[in-house]
Amino acid sequence: MLGKTAGGLFWMFRFLERSENTARLLDAGFRIALTRSSASENEWASVVATAGSTQAYATKYDEYNARNVIDFLLRDRANPSSVMSVIDGARNNARVVRTALTREVWEATNECWITLKGLLSQPVSERDLPDVLGTIRQQSALVRGALHGTMLRNDIFDFARLGTFLERADNTARILDVKYYVLLPSASFVGSSLDNVQWESILRSVSAQRAFRWLNPGEVNPMSIAEFIILDQRLPRSLVFCYKKIVDNLGYLEEDYGLRLDCHDRAIPILKRLKETSIHAIFDQGLHEFITAFIRDNMALGGQIEQDYRFIG
Amino acid sequence: MDKGQTIFDEMAGDGGLIRHPYKEYHKWFETEAPARLHKKSADSETFFRRTGITFNVYGREEAAERLIPFDIIPRVISAREWARLERGIEQRVRAINAFLHDIYHRQEIIRAGRIPMELIANNEAFLPQMIGVSPPGNVYTHIVGTDLVRTGEDEFFVLEDNARTPSGVSYMLENRETMLHMFPELFAKVKVRAVSDYPKNLRRSLGDCAPPACNGKPVVAVLTPGIHNSAYFEHSFLADQMGAELVEGHDLRVVDGRIAMRTTQGYDPIDVLYRRVDDDYLDPLTFNPQSQLGVAGIMDVYRAGGITIANAPGTGIADDKAIYSYIPEIVEFYTGEKAMLKNVPTWRCAEADALAYVLDNLEELVVKEVHGSGGYGMLVGPAASKREISAFRTKLKAKPGNYIAQPTLALSTCPILTKKGLAPRHVDLRPFVLVSPRSVNITPGGLTRVALKAGSLVVNSSQGGGTKDTWVLEE
Repeated sequence: MLGKTAGGLFWMFRFLERSENTARLLDAGFRIALTRSSASENEWASVVATAGSTQAYATKYDEYNARNVIDFLLRDRANPSSVMSVIDGARNNARVVRTALTREVWEATNECWITLKGLLSQPVSERDLPDVLGTIRQQSALVRGALHGTMLRNDIFDFARLGTFLERADNTARILDVKYYVLLPSASFVGSSLDNVQWESILRSVSAQRAFRWLNPGEVNPMSIAEFIILDQRLPRSLVFCYKKIVDNLGYLEEDYGLRLDCHDRAIPILKRLKETSIHAIFDQGLHEFITAFIRDNMALGGQIEQDYRFIG
Repeated sequence: MDKGQTIFDEMAGDGGLIRHPYKEYHKWFETEAPARLHKKSADSETFFRRTGITFNVYGREEAAERLIPFDIIPRVISAREWARLERGIEQRVRAINAFLHDIYHRQEIIRAGRIPMELIANNEAFLPQMIGVSPPGNVYTHIVGTDLVRTGEDEFFVLEDNARTPSGVSYMLENRETMLHMFPELFAKVKVRAVSDYPKNLRRSLGDCAPPACNGKPVVAVLTPGIHNSAYFEHSFLADQMGAELVEGHDLRVVDGRIAMRTTQGYDPIDVLYRRVDDDYLDPLTFNPQSQLGVAGIMDVYRAGGITIANAPGTGIADDKAIYSYIPEIVEFYTGEKAMLKNVPTWRCAEADALAYVLDNLEELVVKEVHGSGGYGMLVGPAASKREISAFRTKLKAKPGNYIAQPTLALSTCPILTKKGLAPRHVDLRPFVLVSPRSVNITPGGLTRVALKAGSLVVNSSQGGGTKDTWVLEE
């Protein structure tokens, strides 16, 4: 496979994952804004921060409100992480790697782009936001479904999955990075209704509010939320789950190519740490320090994969 | 066109009786409910858009990707008509290959005084770097798209040879797929020759031209300028259908005297490069030093037999419209036979008499740039305003050598489906030809381009033309 093709697949799926994550973030932020109008400006600011777009946002707007944030994160092509920008990016990468995709995956990606381009051609009102976010998640699910249903399980699939899980791990970690303080015991006038809303919002941003309730009926506390999102191997958006997948897919590539590379040596210790640590150890070390280090390692792994598999000449 | 010229309709003929090749189709058409056909027509557009069969139009920001309109009424050619065209095209393509070999070697045709030296010497499309180079298998034009027009029952003309990098073959294939998908019952009634072998034949034909350095099964790759190129869809389509890698310049470099592509596991050599990048951009060390689209050093590898470039560099000279005017002589010179397919009569404006005639008759003529393509920079006299004609006159006088002129032909028409039912529109035809050291293979059919505006003679997709499926009937 061409190095460029591997890179195209990796980024195509990173971008698709990002579009879905941004939709989820907006959904959670919107929820808080609806229920807690006094907290909404802060909440929108943290949504933008989680999307990694604070700087870009500040060059354009002075205040955080629903209308601006929704427009900036959904439609603004000047924002490289807006849903429209990343869907453009996903489709452009899909065009580059079209010879590596099944017709189903290509068509689902193209449909996704056509649909969202239409949907996002006009500003989205708050009234329409839930539907629009639903469509974004649905379109991205269709591409994933086509990928699972039609693609060979070979190196093409591995690079697509690596992109998905690196991006997902990054996104989950960013949510914790921005919201870590509401999970800290020191900040707890525990059980205040604002805390409850914030915790709920974190869970909602990783589509885990119901799963959490199934596993912890009647009981919500910040440490168990953090544990769930970081260390639960059953939750498909947890950090440890993402790293299990990353290590699996890197392992398939190692086997397939008969080649062990630096990225393997970088990924395995990250997984090992996640598996062996406990939430108490993480809180003792400092949740924020832990997350910051994770984000850094995750980015470095992305760079190493890019280099090892020759995405760029 | 001259007033009083009658227009030949390929379905209705001159007299209004359905012509033989269309009989079966027409019978079927008569029994179809118009509403169903209109629905199918709309379906076909959705199909093309979803599949992403688009092209980019240069110089337009909005709607960077557009669909080429597809008309669901097929254009039908009889077995006998096709057999004749096929012989004529093969003769012409063989002659062009012989001509290219000759002008890059002994230049016998110039020594014999059959074509003037200046035509070659002062031509930008002539590449001195190719002098004395023999491409693997002596094939220059691996892929040709001969543009044909028709003016009557037995009147076919070659409009352009497109020996350089003809595009459009993906539309030929997808148009057929679309028709098969929409009207399966029709193909049970009418026996149409298949076109779907083209990608397989292309791969084999390219493989047959592998360079001396190739050992084992030839590795073929398609070189594209990238996703912003107007024909990118076609590049990825062909690579996909052939099972070849689709590469860009930055995927390639010279490794151990071969052109190699960067894979996830290192550099792998390529044997045959089907390039969809112009000569000028092919090698920054030899041609345009600014080019990012090619591969530095590829020409050295090529000359040393390390890679086959298809089509060969320097082939573009055969597309020059002044050279075109000499093709009948070229065919005779190399094959010893009269050309079976006619050229459109052509005035070379470089010649004083011709220029005088052209200047006097601009309103009647089509004037083209010698190096132009895609319908850009041409004047269609009968359709132009007084002001356009006078502006063109100035350009023509300033550089007469840049232009040739041709009479406005009464192009044949085929029916298209409009809101009001069938209506005749002018068409041309581009069959696709594959040349290997072993054979010349012409896919039965080709790309029919159709002007969608009533009376218009401009069929180019960049100027609002559409396409049709082209049927060559079995016996």
